[in-house]
Amino acid sequence: MLPQVLKRNDLAAWVEALMADRTVAGPVLKETNVSDPSDEKFEWTVLEDAGDLRLDYNLTVLGPKSFLWPPRQQLVAYRLDDGPDPQPLIEHEPTVLLGVHPCDATAIATLDTAFGKDIPDPHYLARRADTAIVGLDCAAPCHESSFCLDMGSLYPDSGFDVMLTPMGEVIFVEAATDLGRALVKSAAVRPATKDDMEARQKFAEEKRSNFHYKLPYELKYLPEVLEQSYDSLVWEAIARRCFSCGSCNTTCPTCYCWDVTDDIADDLSGGVRTRRYDSCQLDTFAEVAGGENFREERSSRLRHRMFRKGKYILEQTGRVGCVGCGRCERACVAKISIKDTYVQIAGTR
Amino acid sequence: MTQIDIHKGAEAESPYVPKMARILSAEQMTETERFFRIEMEEAPLAYQPGQFVGVTVFGVGEAPISICSSPTQGDAFELTVRSVGLVTNKLKEFGEGDRLGIRGPFGNTFPYEEMKGKDVLFVAGGLGLAPTRSLIRYVLDNRGDYHKVTILVGARDPSLLLFRDELEAWTGRDDVETLVTVDRPDKAWSGNVGVITRLFAKIQLDAAATYAVIVGPPVMFKFTVLEALAEGVPENRIICSLERHMKCGVGKCGHCQIRGVYVCREGPVFTYEQVKRLREGI
Repeated sequence: MLPQVLKRNDLAAWVEALMADRTVAGPVLKETNVSDPSDEKFEWTVLEDAGDLRLDYNLTVLGPKSFLWPPRQQLVAYRLDDGPDPQPLIEHEPTVLLGVHPCDATAIATLDTAFGKDIPDPHYLARRADTAIVGLDCAAPCHESSFCLDMGSLYPDSGFDVMLTPMGEVIFVEAATDLGRALVKSAAVRPATKDDMEARQKFAEEKRSNFHYKLPYELKYLPEVLEQSYDSLVWEAIARRCFSCGSCNTTCPTCYCWDVTDDIADDLSGGVRTRRYDSCQLDTFAEVAGGENFREERSSRLRHRMFRKGKYILEQTGRVGCVGCGRCERACVAKISIKDTYVQIAGTR
Repeated sequence: MTQIDIHKGAEAESPYVPKMARILSAEQMTETERFFRIEMEEAPLAYQPGQFVGVTVFGVGEAPISICSSPTQGDAFELTVRSVGLVTNKLKEFGEGDRLGIRGPFGNTFPYEEMKGKDVLFVAGGLGLAPTRSLIRYVLDNRGDYHKVTILVGARDPSLLLFRDELEAWTGRDDVETLVTVDRPDKAWSGNVGVITRLFAKIQLDAAATYAVIVGPPVMFKFTVLEALAEGVPENRIICSLERHMKCGVGKCGHCQIRGVYVCREGPVFTYEQVKRLREGI
């Protein structure tokens, strides 16, 4: 498909057209700092009004993950008043995630691999198959905690159907998949002119000059750097500040560990097996029946998270476990930074 | 890079739905351990020694339990359940004819093919006898395929010994050497006393031809591996089964993960050589 552009003024009409067929979620203004009106806070939510969409958003505490991988998800329903007859609960509806930054698109590709590899998980994949991802490119770093360039998530190769590049009065629109091409049909796009192409080129150049590497080594060496640090005291040192609260896991766009419980109907007619987000930082995560705990020390849990994000997932799937979005650092009361940790261990043996 | 077919996966059967099973018989083995013989209501469970299942008590939840029988014993399978949590305590009330949900089998298997023609030393401590028994029964049912067989069993006290009838039967066989010890004897106990490593002094090992299968609590595992290594058994022929809380069984939920390894898929059976490399294994 030839490059196309959409006028900013025509964006709302396109979003409305998408909302007619699908649930559309995107970044909206959540609140404004009372003492500093320019300090706006954004969140991902289902759009009720196309005009609420804020493609100029910067940070969100939580990414769009929950639309694909909800904090609570029902897996199986069964009866208690009769033969249990357990049945799978797989729910999905046509959805568009509109305005997904490159880091979050990369994170979605990681989740796809986690739930799709070996034994596929249709509870996630059915939602994913019914969800279109409209990406939104970044011109400049969103925050000092981010290191997406290092983690290879600034230029994603998958995890989106359309990529939008905002350039002044127009938005550059590139469809990457058949689904993406179908979505763009309802937009009042026009073929890109020579001026548009030059503006696109200028955006790319600015993007390249605005982002800088923050790790003192290449991503491909991160697993080895981590391995070398396994016995370092650095884990105990950082863990001194850790409260094991799990905020890092809650805000991480690639975390997918879960716990499962059976919820019983009030009239005892049946039950539903439900999974919910879990955190490897909580002290009971690796505990077994009888009380043995295989990651009893806070430092071993912290190390496990850092290794999982930087080594295990990467080695097993070729996809990054950390996309460098910086959410865990921003959510951490103790200001533990995965980026600074990966810098700090560069010199450990 | 791992490639995923999202649309194909979306149509896949959910791995989280239990299949219905019926209890054929149940027996309280000790104060805390209950034995079940179970039959799937539809297709029989196709399992191998060393694997585990997820057991659902509808209305309560699910727990991962090692299969303690061998597929050579017929279509039904057996579990030994220690009551330590919600699900396993509820199972105390379950008996013949009651229905359960079963998922699995999950995990890898004991290397019973590779062990053929070799000596086999079993060392089982406490509830470790349950998963070990799946292989003991398999080896005894294919006795001609294996060379010398030695079984060492330990428990804290005589009341905690599992499968007492079978221990007696094995002790009576002349093609198997079976030794049982308890840490704390009662007045009626006339057998060996002391931790399980003491039994190594009573047996003869041809270390170069031996597979040592060691299953038990972490502290027992450590010192028993030491004995096996001291006898000269190679690290890649010391086999163990690791305990973790597998919640999903399919390598997703993260609870059983040791470093980069999901015990529910790559384990629970590992060689000592592998466990040693994992570092966080024991």
